[in-house]
Amino acid sequence: MQISSPAFKTNARGALADPHLQEALGHVRSGFIDKRQKAVDALPEFDALRESARAIKDHTLAHLDLYLEAYEEKVKASGGHVHWAETAADARSVILDICRAVGARTVTKGKSMITEEIGLNEFFEKEGIRPVETDLGEYIIQLRGEHPSHIIAPAVHLTRDQVEADFRRAHNHLPPTRDLTEPASLLSEAREVLRAQYFAADVGITGANFLVAETGSSIIVTNEGNGDLTQILPRVHIVVASIEKIVPTLADASQILRVLARSATGQEMSVYTTVSTGPRRPEDPDGPDEYHVVLLDNGRSSMLGTEFQDMLRCIRCGACMNHCPIYHAVGGHAYGWVYPGPMGAVLTPSLIGVDKAGHLPNASTFCGRCEAVCPMHIPLPKMMRHWREREFARGLNPATQRYGLKAWAFFARRPRLYRLAASFAIPALSAFGGARRRFRYLPFAGGWTRHRDLPAPESRTFLQQWRDRETRKQEART
Amino acid sequence: MSAREAILNKVRSSLGTAPSDAARAETVAKRLADAPAGVIPARGQLADKERVALFCEMAEKVSATIDRVKKPADVPKAVSTYLRARNLPASVRMGADERLRAMPWSGVKSLEVKSGRADPEDEVGVSHALAGVAESGTIALHSGTDNPTTVNFLPEHHIVVVDAKDIAGDLETVLSGLRQRFGKGKMPRTLNLITGPSRSADIQQTLLLGAHGPRALHLIVINGG
Amino acid sequence: MRQETLKRPRVGLFVTCLVDLFRPTVGFASVKLLEEAGCEVEVPMAQTCCGQPAYNSGDREDTIAIATNTIKTFEEYDYIVAPSGSCAGMLRKHYPALFKDHAWEARAAAFSAKVHELMSFLVDVMGVDAVSAAREGNVTYHDSCSGLRELGIREQPRRLLGSVLGLKLKELKDSDVCCGFGGTFCVKYPDISNKIVEEKAANIQASGADTLLAGDLGCLMNMAGKLQRQGADIEVRHVAEVLAGMDDGPAIGGGER
Repeated sequence: MQISSPAFKTNARGALADPHLQEALGHVRSGFIDKRQKAVDALPEFDALRESARAIKDHTLAHLDLYLEAYEEKVKASGGHVHWAETAADARSVILDICRAVGARTVTKGKSMITEEIGLNEFFEKEGIRPVETDLGEYIIQLRGEHPSHIIAPAVHLTRDQVEADFRRAHNHLPPTRDLTEPASLLSEAREVLRAQYFAADVGITGANFLVAETGSSIIVTNEGNGDLTQILPRVHIVVASIEKIVPTLADASQILRVLARSATGQEMSVYTTVSTGPRRPEDPDGPDEYHVVLLDNGRSSMLGTEFQDMLRCIRCGACMNHCPIYHAVGGHAYGWVYPGPMGAVLTPSLIGVDKAGHLPNASTFCGRCEAVCPMHIPLPKMMRHWREREFARGLNPATQRYGLKAWAFFARRPRLYRLAASFAIPALSAFGGARRRFRYLPFAGGWTRHRDLPAPESRTFLQQWRDRETRKQEART
Repeated sequence: MSAREAILNKVRSSLGTAPSDAARAETVAKRLADAPAGVIPARGQLADKERVALFCEMAEKVSATIDRVKKPADVPKAVSTYLRARNLPASVRMGADERLRAMPWSGVKSLEVKSGRADPEDEVGVSHALAGVAESGTIALHSGTDNPTTVNFLPEHHIVVVDAKDIAGDLETVLSGLRQRFGKGKMPRTLNLITGPSRSADIQQTLLLGAHGPRALHLIVINGG
Repeated sequence: MRQETLKRPRVGLFVTCLVDLFRPTVGFASVKLLEEAGCEVEVPMAQTCCGQPAYNSGDREDTIAIATNTIKTFEEYDYIVAPSGSCAGMLRKHYPALFKDHAWEARAAAFSAKVHELMSFLVDVMGVDAVSAAREGNVTYHDSCSGLRELGIREQPRRLLGSVLGLKLKELKDSDVCCGFGGTFCVKYPDISNKIVEEKAANIQASGADTLLAGDLGCLMNMAGKLQRQGADIEVRHVAEVLAGMDDGPAIGGGER
């Protein structure tokens, strides 16, 4: 997909001025947070499970090459195929080859961020293959020609009214009298339309929440059941997954599953947790004839061994964005690429370059709420700061910021000079504040005063006053 | 160089390791062989009766409905009662599971029992669960002729028979049962862990049941009364 | 109560650059509270800033230079106390990371272990559980992010406020949500920052309190500036001012309308 991350500020302004978006974002603030907290409170072992989950992923990443090999062997043993793809383009062409081999014209898709990352839908359309998104949210945004604005709730940026309008436009078989005012009627309509697509599809594509080395299985976690219909009805099931999705065993997956749904939607378990291993067996009455896994690297191997390795623990629950004040303010599209919110602010620069994604790790107040709720204990603010360091070292941030910072640091590094400058500037600024004791406008402080008043300094600096007080005390003693 | 080699080489060089490192290989082999269990929540670790009660409570919390019967022979009547109460046609789809087949279906008047994989027209599917998980009210089903996977997803109503003795406290117990049944490291084509009926909250965070899978999940627990 | 026979701990007050420049009252209030708790307070003149603006902008070199100065200036004290969760968090949690594999690693770690935020120091270290101040009215309290999540400061200011005669604490909805200040964030992304502080201001107004308190001057100036721009009649003060009974002067940004 087109990258608009460099235009983050413009995107954000547009988002702040969009009343539909702002209404929809209100549901994020109220929806996810309380549900997660309730689910967490209901499980005394939640924190112990987080520690366990983190340890599992750290162990796996440290032995990733070996687990990938073990996993591949098991997939082959169960009759499946493993395809390795270094880049997004490699993955696309592997997938296309599989589809072409069976003469596929329609492909159904379960919800998958990784196929967003490789831009699969646009690619399919160019190649004359029709991709059909089956997750309700994904289906809605596909109708609109949009991309997900949230990694687990792709249409969270829309209101019901907007969805109704899209359905009326796209489903032109609908009589105008058909009532679509309730979300339930919209859901029924989507269910009906998509049922036919599952049967029409030649290939079903899903992502994976986990790949299990012990058994060669892929696991998907969904609530709608669309992922399952996508993978059991067509002749071919393709799993697209990045290499860090590996866990050693089913027991390890169980540990992480316990923190995944709770962190994501506040459920104890998602409705459908499905473990798939190879194609249908000779005695099976249903299931796909072919089972393929496309293992994508796309930059992840270079994150290993760096200060960004911890990001590869991410299980895509979305808790970080659900709790992020920036995400709440501007929504997911403003981030300008596939992954929004705090996890996107760390991952996107790794995948598309900090020169393009530099705003993302900067657009954070470092409030730390993301790290506090991350089930995998990923130190997101710390990694955003690492990106800022790389950006600063490469001189990528705006010159005004750099010079401003350098000028300030010049004084902050020299205490005497700092005190001297402050002892002149502060009383003057204080006097300038006048009887209102604040500024509605101040040159060079437009970023502040555009939206709020700036309190004026009280008087002289604390250090000036303290020194005078100490001197007076000294004099009184002598 | 193949993509496979290229990726594995990059992973190894980033991690600063060599493929010849025997200690790492041993660590991995051991972990895969032992499959250590991690933290098991205390919640499901209960005596038989309480465990079954917790299973039912958790399943109801996620909008499944529960019926408890004394013996397998009571199941067909319970199914028929469910169908009538919801004005559903007297027709169910089910696989070849011997436990289901041994039940007196002919004792229920004019109930059609279709076998094999599900069709899009089927309104009601009946399956026999491999196991239940008390911790979360989850049922486990696996693919095969006994309980075809399509039965779990295509019908609007999914009725699942669960034997109380198959209800475990936690997911790990169910998975190790599966390991014993299929052999270490082997799996059926599909293992479905199902927790309540299908749902979506994609439109304005409003929770709706029956997105693509069944709108209703009805559990008949044998000997759970 | 501390026994008189014990040596009074020597506390170096890290006043923070914002308090030094904008709100000296908070500095004097901190000194008073610390002295009442039995500390001997000193204010070294060589202090400037904790270095966060540089640190959070990715400027490691300047951060290390500033941090080196801070450590040199303060390491002789028994404790280093700052009336700010954000600056104390920087000194206590981030300095050790900053000096990892650096010649000053051990020195930084020893320094950081002695750093405390004011409220936490009074309650957790000095065992203070009441103050002698009085203030009539309803106050609400905002939990600043760094103090809350890096240092676990939540109950300490509430406990001390509970001992202020006549004061009633009205809890703020989403008191743990960021106010949108974020240091340089608020001037780099002013529109987003504004959206966040607007939400905060609405919650403050809905709390029914006549006074807003918090433990970080940056957040306080942000929220005060927004409330005043909106024409809200709410006093904004650092929690130390109220606890020290030094809340009779003008509030933050509070002059004529």
